[in-house]
Amino acid sequence: MRSASLRSIHPGPGGFDPLLLKREFPIFATNPDLVFLDSAASAQKPRSVIDGTADYYRTDYANVHRGVYRLSARSTELFEEARDKVRRFLNAADRREIVFVRNTTEAINLVAQSWGPAFLREGDEVLISELEHHSNIVPWQLLHDRIGIRLVVAPIDVTGGLDLAAFESRLSPRTRLVAVTHIANATGALVPVERVVELAHRHGAKVLLDGSQAAPRLPVDVQALGCDFYAFTGHKVYGPTGIGVLYGRFDALVAMPPYQGGGEMILHVSFEKTEYQEPPHRFEAGTPDIAGAIGLGIALDFIEELGRENILEHEEALTGYGVDRLSRIPGLRLLGAGQHRLGILSFDFDGVHPHDVSQVLDQHHVAVRAGHHCAQPLMERLGLSGTTRASLGVYNDESDIDRLADALEAAREMFSR
Amino acid sequence: MIDLRELYQDIILDHGRHPRNFRAIEHPTHFAQGHNPLCGDRVTVYLTLDGDRIADVSFQGRGCAISTAAASLMTEVLKGKTVAEARALFAQFHARATGGEPGSDLPEPLAEEMDRLEPLTGVKAYPARVKCATLSWHALEAALKSPGATVKTE
Repeated sequence: MRSASLRSIHPGPGGFDPLLLKREFPIFATNPDLVFLDSAASAQKPRSVIDGTADYYRTDYANVHRGVYRLSARSTELFEEARDKVRRFLNAADRREIVFVRNTTEAINLVAQSWGPAFLREGDEVLISELEHHSNIVPWQLLHDRIGIRLVVAPIDVTGGLDLAAFESRLSPRTRLVAVTHIANATGALVPVERVVELAHRHGAKVLLDGSQAAPRLPVDVQALGCDFYAFTGHKVYGPTGIGVLYGRFDALVAMPPYQGGGEMILHVSFEKTEYQEPPHRFEAGTPDIAGAIGLGIALDFIEELGRENILEHEEALTGYGVDRLSRIPGLRLLGAGQHRLGILSFDFDGVHPHDVSQVLDQHHVAVRAGHHCAQPLMERLGLSGTTRASLGVYNDESDIDRLADALEAAREMFSR
Repeated sequence: MIDLRELYQDIILDHGRHPRNFRAIEHPTHFAQGHNPLCGDRVTVYLTLDGDRIADVSFQGRGCAISTAAASLMTEVLKGKTVAEARALFAQFHARATGGEPGSDLPEPLAEEMDRLEPLTGVKAYPARVKCATLSWHALEAALKSPGATVKTE
């Protein structure tokens, strides 16, 4: 990482200059007109991640963990170094609490399929919220089909935030796990997860947090949060696709059976009996996405260099600007996001179908997402078939929001003629 | 820059906003649902066949301007046609909407109906939108094949 150069291009009080920062992302050089407002789906990659991953393949590549030769040792070292970076990123107590997976979806499925059957019985309850992405709904429905757990859903309130009183009322002696998002991907609602963890633990339930949208935007400290599991994905924190992270408290992970069987996860195999590795390797069967993990580590370096408080401040300010700017557009209705919205602006525009809106925005090189955002139950609850969603990244600035607003005016012209 | 007005022609916006035959048929001889899981759009197509002829056709559902207009225009051109004529129109429309070979020419009265569908074939420049224009037709096809079916575009 070229830390000195990165710092020098974004000076200023508590922040950085997204205009200059854009230069760190080659996509904006090859697509100079691009207004990228779809980071909640996947973030663009800084040069350091792109080059660092390629450099790894050029200079240090070999399979991990088994080779005696120096190259394999070096590769293993880089891979495990990435794990240390993730540990620091989440402030986990122990590097063994960091399991590499493919993405958030796989992290949640790992908990559902390993921890679920080991600790849950028929009639036990998993409590989620109405704000969840399909990836934090369907794994629990599969577990329902498999062992008969009950899936309980805590509603949102009129403002679009999690209804904490209703949430508390749904905690029962049978609640074994609370699985909720940290920031809702469809609306940007920031869930008061500290309170959620406190309430859940008071009822003896474990807590899994879906950090897909929070990890790129907020400082996350799993020890301060006190959650039992925390999941996030690499490609939304400016890292590669195909790599994600499950954090699990060591006492939870060590009590869990393997998720998949194969190489890397065993101590000793005979045809009669196999002894499993300790976490995290117990859950990392087969050759992992080594370059992905290393790329993720570089992405986390990038984030740390920008400063997570700075990123939060940037996202807060730009979200505020976006709310202000978009609210003044007649006919535009922002979806409620409770007391605190971060990084995501989801809206209905004059009843025009989101696909039609985003088609016109694309004509103006404004990339947004249209549809149900893999949160169909939430959309139905809100009485919408979908929304148009603009989401922010470190490279966005006010001019991107302005161009979104201008393109929306063009959309209005198109559809009101 | 391709002009988006090629895609969103006046007739499409008109039918998108004021869809014709937007109603259920209480006792249809055939009906089917079309579903595009990608965007969540849904359409139900209702048919009353009198022998081999389409005596009545209607639709309900929710979708974008393209898919609503496509369903609306479809119901307009299909009324009074035979099942064979409906299939011939779909084949021709599908080919043109996907930028494929239109195949053999349609006989004169059908060719005129095809002209009415022409504005919708602008989707061929936007691959992600082809399914919007063809969803209701796929539902029609499903209804004709097995009454009461659900068809997905995926």
